[in-house]
Amino acid sequence: MIELIDVHKSFGAKQVLRGLSLRVNEGETVSLVGFSGAGKSVTLKNIVGLIEPDSGRVIVDGRNVPDLSRDELYELRRNVGYVFQFAALFDSMTIAENVAMGLVKQGGYSKAAIDERVRESLARVELSGYEERLPSELSGGQQKRAGLARAIAFRPKYLLYDEPTSGLDPVTTTVIDRLIRKMRDELGVTSLVITHDMGSAYRISDRIAMLYEGRVLEEGTPEEIQRTENPIVRGFVDGEPELVEAGAEARESEMKEAATRKRRHR
Amino acid sequence: MKRRTVVLLRPVAALGSAVLDFIASFGRFGGFVINSVRAVGDVGTWLPGLFLQMRRLGVDSLPIAVFLAAFTGIVLALQASYTFTGAIPLYFVGTLVGKTMILELGPVLTGLALSGRVGANIAAQLGTMRVTEQIDALETMAYDPMAYLVVPRVIAGMIMFPLLVIFADAVGIIAGWITSINLLDMSSEEFFRGLKLFYQLFDIEFSLIKTFSFGFLVTIVGCFQGFTTEGGAEGVGISATRAVVIGSMLILVFDAFWAMVLLR
Repeated sequence: MIELIDVHKSFGAKQVLRGLSLRVNEGETVSLVGFSGAGKSVTLKNIVGLIEPDSGRVIVDGRNVPDLSRDELYELRRNVGYVFQFAALFDSMTIAENVAMGLVKQGGYSKAAIDERVRESLARVELSGYEERLPSELSGGQQKRAGLARAIAFRPKYLLYDEPTSGLDPVTTTVIDRLIRKMRDELGVTSLVITHDMGSAYRISDRIAMLYEGRVLEEGTPEEIQRTENPIVRGFVDGEPELVEAGAEARESEMKEAATRKRRHR
Repeated sequence: MKRRTVVLLRPVAALGSAVLDFIASFGRFGGFVINSVRAVGDVGTWLPGLFLQMRRLGVDSLPIAVFLAAFTGIVLALQASYTFTGAIPLYFVGTLVGKTMILELGPVLTGLALSGRVGANIAAQLGTMRVTEQIDALETMAYDPMAYLVVPRVIAGMIMFPLLVIFADAVGIIAGWITSINLLDMSSEEFFRGLKLFYQLFDIEFSLIKTFSFGFLVTIVGCFQGFTTEGGAEGVGISATRAVVIGSMLILVFDAFWAMVLLR
C-alpha cells in the first residue's frame, strides 16, 4: 500500500504540496489528476524518495520513506517501477540494455535469464524485435512503451506513471491505457498514475483523486468523479475555465468566512 | 530619506546576496565531492564504466594534446634561440625546451585544452541526462548516480591526464629537437646535452602531481555542473560553459599552488 499523510513540500517561497493525503490500496490503480504545476510529479518523486517532504509521512510497504537509510531506500526502490513522462531512456544504450538495467543492478540473474526477461517485458508492451534499436530510433509512443518495459522488467510491486499518455495521439493513448490495465490484471501491481487526460483516467482507474492547491480536493470512482458537483472538479473534467474560476472564487470566500468565524469564536 | 537609504543599500544587498550564493554553491560542491568519494566504495557500479571513460577522456583526447605539444615545442625552440643569440650557448635551447615543456607548458596547456574538451563534454552529457530525467531514472532503479556516472569519469581523468601529459611532454621535446637540428644551427648532441643539463627526476614527478590534480578538478567540476543543470537546452549550455571557465581557472590557480608548495 502507498499512503501519503499530510505531506507538505515547498520550493523556495512556492508551496507545492500543502497537506496532501492520499491512499493507494494493494492491487488498485489510482489516477491523480490536476492542473499543470499542481504538484503531481512532485508527489510521485516523494514516493520514491527522489524528493524529501518538508513534513508529513510517505508510507510505502509499511515504511516511511523519508526515514529510510540510503541502503533501505535502494532496497525499497527495487519494488517500485517508475515510468517517466518522457521515458528517460538512456540514449547511449540499446532498448534491450535499457530494459536490462534494473535486473543487472538487482543481481542474481544469469545472462540468459536477463535476456529472457527482457524479451518477455518487451513482448508485454508489444515491442518484440526492437531489442537492438536505440531510443532515438523509436517514436514517442514506442519510447513510452519501452520505458514501461524497463519499469516492469524486475517485476515491481508498485508502478508509478508520470503522464504516460501526454503528447500521444488518441490511438497510441488507448494502447498505453490498455497496457496499464494489463499490468494490473496480469501482474497485480499497485499503480499510481499522474495524468491530466481525463479520458485516460476514466479508462484505467479504480479511483481518481484531484489535486488542487497542494491537497486532494475530491476523490472517488470514475463514475463518482463524472457526476461530481464540485465546480472546480467539474470545470477541470469538462475543460471549462470559467467554471473553475467561479469555483475557485467561491472556495476563497468560503475560506475567508471560515477564518473570520474562527477569529470571532476565539 | 527612507527611500534614499533603501536605494543606497541596494548594492550592499546585491553584494551580500552574491556572497551568500557563492558560499551556498561552494557548500554544495563540497557535499558533491564528499558524496563522490563515498561512492568509490561501490566498485561494482563504477568499474564496468571506467575503461569506456578512459578511452573517451584519454585516448580520444590524444590528437589535441599531440597537436598542442608539437607546435609549442617548435615555438619554444625558436624563441629560445632568438633570445639566446650571441649571449648564451645555443645548447641551452634543449634545456629550455625540456624544462618548460615538463614543468609548465605540457601540463598547463594540455590541462586547459582538456578542460575545454573533457569538462564541457562531461557537463553537457550529464546536464542532458539531468534535464531528461535519466539521472532520476538511475536512482529509481537503485543505482547510485555518483557511483555510476561521476566516479568512473573522475578516476579516468586522474589516470589519463598524467598519461596524456607524459605523451605531450615527449612530443613537445621531440618537436623542439627536430626544429633545432633543422632550422637552427644545432646538432642533436648539443640539443640533448642541454636537455640533460639541469634535468632531475623531480621535474617529471612535479609535472605528474600537477596533472593528476588537474584531472581531478576538470572532471569533478564537469560532473558537478552537469548534475546541477536546470532547465532545458539553455541550462545545458550554461553548465558546459561554466565547466570550461571554472575548470580553466582552477587549473591556473592550482598551477600556482603547486609551484608555491613544491618549487620553493
